[in-house]
Amino acid sequence: MALVQATGLHKTYRTGDVSVHAVRGVDFSIESGGFVAFVGPSGSGKSTVLNMIGCLDRPTDGTLRVLDTDVASLGRREAADFRGANLGFVFQDFNLIPVLSAAENIEYPLLMVQNWPVAQRRARVAELLEAVGIADRADKRPDQLSGGQKQRVAVARALASKPKLVLADEPTANLDHVTALRIIDLMKAMRDEFGTTFVFSTHDPRIVDAAEEVFHLEDGRIVNGAGGTA
Amino acid sequence: MIRVLRLSARNLVRYWRRSLLTSGLIVLGMVAVLLFVAVSASFKQIMIGQITDSMLGHLQVHQRGYVASIENLPLNLNMKPELVARVEALLREMPEVEAITARLKFGAMLSDFDETTNIRLNGVEPEREAAAMPLLAGRLLDGEIRNGLLEPGALLLPELLARGMGVQVGDTVVLVATNVDGSVNGRTFLVQGVLDAVTGPGGRDGYLHIDDARALLRMDAPEVNQIAIRLQDPGQTERVARRLEQRLGDIVNPRGQPLLTVHTWDQLTPFANIARMIDLLDLFIRIMLVGIVLIAVMNVMIMSVYERVREIGTIAAIGTPPGRILLLFVGEGVLLGVVGTLVGMLISLGVVQLLNVWPLEFAFGRQEIVLAPALALGDILWVAAIVVAVAAAASLQPAWKAARMDPNTALRHV
Ligand SMILES: Nc1ncnc2c1ncn2[C@@H]1O[C@H](COP(=O)(O)OP(=O)(O)OP(=O)(O)O)[C@@H](O)[C@H]1O
Ligand SMILES: [Mg+2]
Repeated sequence: MALVQATGLHKTYRTGDVSVHAVRGVDFSIESGGFVAFVGPSGSGKSTVLNMIGCLDRPTDGTLRVLDTDVASLGRREAADFRGANLGFVFQDFNLIPVLSAAENIEYPLLMVQNWPVAQRRARVAELLEAVGIADRADKRPDQLSGGQKQRVAVARALASKPKLVLADEPTANLDHVTALRIIDLMKAMRDEFGTTFVFSTHDPRIVDAAEEVFHLEDGRIVNGAGGTA
Repeated sequence: MIRVLRLSARNLVRYWRRSLLTSGLIVLGMVAVLLFVAVSASFKQIMIGQITDSMLGHLQVHQRGYVASIENLPLNLNMKPELVARVEALLREMPEVEAITARLKFGAMLSDFDETTNIRLNGVEPEREAAAMPLLAGRLLDGEIRNGLLEPGALLLPELLARGMGVQVGDTVVLVATNVDGSVNGRTFLVQGVLDAVTGPGGRDGYLHIDDARALLRMDAPEVNQIAIRLQDPGQTERVARRLEQRLGDIVNPRGQPLLTVHTWDQLTPFANIARMIDLLDLFIRIMLVGIVLIAVMNVMIMSVYERVREIGTIAAIGTPPGRILLLFVGEGVLLGVVGTLVGMLISLGVVQLLNVWPLEFAFGRQEIVLAPALALGDILWVAAIVVAVAAAASLQPAWKAARMDPNTALRHV
């Protein structure tokens, strides 16, 4: 059974009289342990697909199963619980909590979403700080970190509660090329180390090479058939 | 809970300037309210103390109809000796009663052989009057206390009257009174002392021995027209009044109506209205505090939520339960309230301490009033609880908005 299974997925946004058909019937499946990219030009529907997988948005048609759950049927509160229990997120703008240090940001999901006991929390945070290579900046607030360092913290935060799946919408768009490659390499290393599935989106062809499976989106449709391998 | 509050506190520190401003506003409101409460309560207490402890007592018993015509100082509504004895026996059984004094109040003409004027007089038993009116002796401006209060044949005159007529302590004056049958009688008296005037009816009365009053009025039996009662605990006034009224209900006139009435001090003096006014002001200023806290906290919390939409989107996307997000923002509002309350409390207590070292003095009429403001623990806690509760209520709406935000929309917010 695939980790993510989408069939005939549609998403139409309606704002007033205007309706935008952002995703027009896509089928894909993502296996556990994959390192998968959605690529395509701006407006092609990458974020929309990732948001639906991440239970931040609901499909208007089709079925979408994530971790054997029909996520289209989840209510608001159920979706929040599902995300908290099974998913990790990395954002384009890092989105760290400004009043918390690097270590506290990583600890946040363990403290405020799941209720881990303090000893396990400390051990997990130390392990991740080490794994993403920012142990020396553990006590720094986000505004004292560089973009690359912030995204490392964000990756560690996404991994903190040991989710099956991490979704990263344009995780490198705000980074220079060298740093972007390092972050992608870091994510891959994390996949290797923890076995977490990573799904990310990008429109930067240079980092697409790192993905093991690529879905090309254009105008809301997958145009490379089922999973072109880079 | 603690962890959420810790995060709330961090966010307050992050926007320390406006947190400080909002807390400062709450502090200001707290201090204003607590000082007003302390000073007005002290003023009220002193004024009421003057009235109840030097003139009225806490309760008074009269024959029905007497209070309505008290301005005329009638002599046909007196209580007969047997009735007085009955009432006094009943009062002695009540443990709440500390002291009682029976008076014969009447009007007379005062003459110093040169000028003549009207005067209201209280015929009193000196020892009992002094016991029931502990502040009366303190009003003596000139002359001295003798025989507990005054001697037979002596007169205590109100200051304004004595000054106006140029009468001094040691002078001889004549009192002329009309008795109940309309015949006139006069006697000479020695001025033993001059009394300071106080607010309220009876504050400008003279005093003489009750036996002299009866002789002047050619009264056969020792009648009185007023029994003033001092209670152990002034706070019990209303309750004791009701109980006493009930007990006196057995004493009826030939038509079966109760013969006697009980009045509390506040029914007998217009100052009670000033006291009620003070209570009303007290209420208004508390309502204002509620308004200040409500607007200040709500304003800052609405801003806080608006500025942090993306942050809210992030924590919601990560899976933070809505209840925790709500708590996070309510926590900020409550902490603002708590900090403001604590600082406000400390400053108020400090200022009240200072006011006791360098007291506020007022000239009220002819009296010097030295206020001794004090903050009752109950008042402090009450005001503190209101402030914190209002702060929580004010942050509830913005916090609710934050908790209900759709993470996707919030994350796209620019
Ligand atoms: N919440 C929304 N409301 C209305 N229209 C939306 C919404 N989200 C996306 N769209 C529209 O859907 C289409 C696909 O948008 P999407 O954000 O998925 O593209 P993208 O591939 O992520 O683009 P980019 O590379 O610029 O991030 C666009 O036309 C966009 O305007
Ligand atoms: Mg996008």
